[in-house]
Amino acid sequence: MKNEKMTIAAAGVLIGLIAAMLVFFGNPVNMGFCIACFLRDTSGALGLHSAAAVQYIRPEIIGLVLGACAVSLATKEFRPRGGSAPVTRFILGVFVMIGCLMFLGCPFRMILRLAGGDGNAIFGFIGFAAGILAGVVFLKKGYTLKRSYKMPVLEGEIFPVLQLAFLILLIAAPAFIHFSEAGAGPGALHAPVVISLIAGMIVGALAQRTRLCMVGGIRDAVLFREWKLLLGFLAILVSAFLVNLILGAATGTAFFNPGFAGQPVAHTDGLWNALGMFLAGFGCVLLGGCPLRQLVLAGEGNTDSAVTVLGLMVGAAFAHNFGLAASADGPTANGKIAVIIGIAVVAVIAAANTFRKADA
Amino acid sequence: MKTIDARGLSCPEPVIMMKNAMASREAAYEVLVDNVTARENVTRFAMHQGYKVQVKEQGDDYILQVTK
Repeated sequence: MKNEKMTIAAAGVLIGLIAAMLVFFGNPVNMGFCIACFLRDTSGALGLHSAAAVQYIRPEIIGLVLGACAVSLATKEFRPRGGSAPVTRFILGVFVMIGCLMFLGCPFRMILRLAGGDGNAIFGFIGFAAGILAGVVFLKKGYTLKRSYKMPVLEGEIFPVLQLAFLILLIAAPAFIHFSEAGAGPGALHAPVVISLIAGMIVGALAQRTRLCMVGGIRDAVLFREWKLLLGFLAILVSAFLVNLILGAATGTAFFNPGFAGQPVAHTDGLWNALGMFLAGFGCVLLGGCPLRQLVLAGEGNTDSAVTVLGLMVGAAFAHNFGLAASADGPTANGKIAVIIGIAVVAVIAAANTFRKADA
Repeated sequence: MKTIDARGLSCPEPVIMMKNAMASREAAYEVLVDNVTARENVTRFAMHQGYKVQVKEQGDDYILQVTK
């Protein structure tokens, strides 16, 4: 048991280091990793939305799935499963993304924003923790999306193979794939493809081995007094923070900028930062894991998680097509309405899957 | 002995089932799970509660014998 904690702490330190280094190599600031932002960029590259600032097939996503897939094949943990309320999971995925794009980041980026000194992420964290607690209340009362079942190997392999297809599209760059032009926004800022891909694979492999999950940390601590996953979360925070300080000292450009105003790809509306992450935290508990964990599980052949990721990608498309995503200028009116609707929908899904007649 | 069938369920649900079942403080439980994460988490939780755990593999499933 001690070993397990050492392993996840070491993995967290390595992941924090990789995330901070990705910014050094060209990713947007405080965005070495952001599962929500990167899925959104990929959605944009595929033309599902047309926000010119955020279109790029992110190799980190491809690497995460393939890294987790490779390790699970090697350890015989690749087990195609599915059929546990896929449509419900899709809808939850859509609204988790809308919550993340209100805050401008997934739980992973929330940690990296804290490590970069972005005080707005404190409000995000408060909302996130509250959302997890809301989900835990339903879990304790018996919330379940019911059992999953064994699926054919081919069904489990489709999502990892899809990532290979994305990789081909990224490298071949046909005219119908959209890439943000230099200076257009975060989509144009990225580390070299090879570095991003390898970084993703390493983090995917580590996350698979350690079951790292940003939502699971607080959830398990509250439910079972089990601190393992929270330790991973904290290790990433401390490591990314220290590497930011070292990079700042080494390059002369500050990577740690404490404050609230003018933080990179962030806004200062505390209430909506909190509500966005409340929606994300609540939805993720009902899904059984954060967006990173969903990618890793999808790589292990979990088709329910694959459907969730597709929901996240479609949610990102809605967020930009309908003007729901916040920007550095702050949240939009449409975005506020969407987050409120999202919280209501997620609460209904939670209640309906907790207090139902025993039908199966 | 109480049997808990947590096959097809993903964490934290199997651990919650184990926790609820342990409220009655039985001397032994048999827990069925079908993924490695659930096997690890149920094992860890039971051991924290002072139980011993033996794992058997049966096809795609794991049978956990949880005893005092």
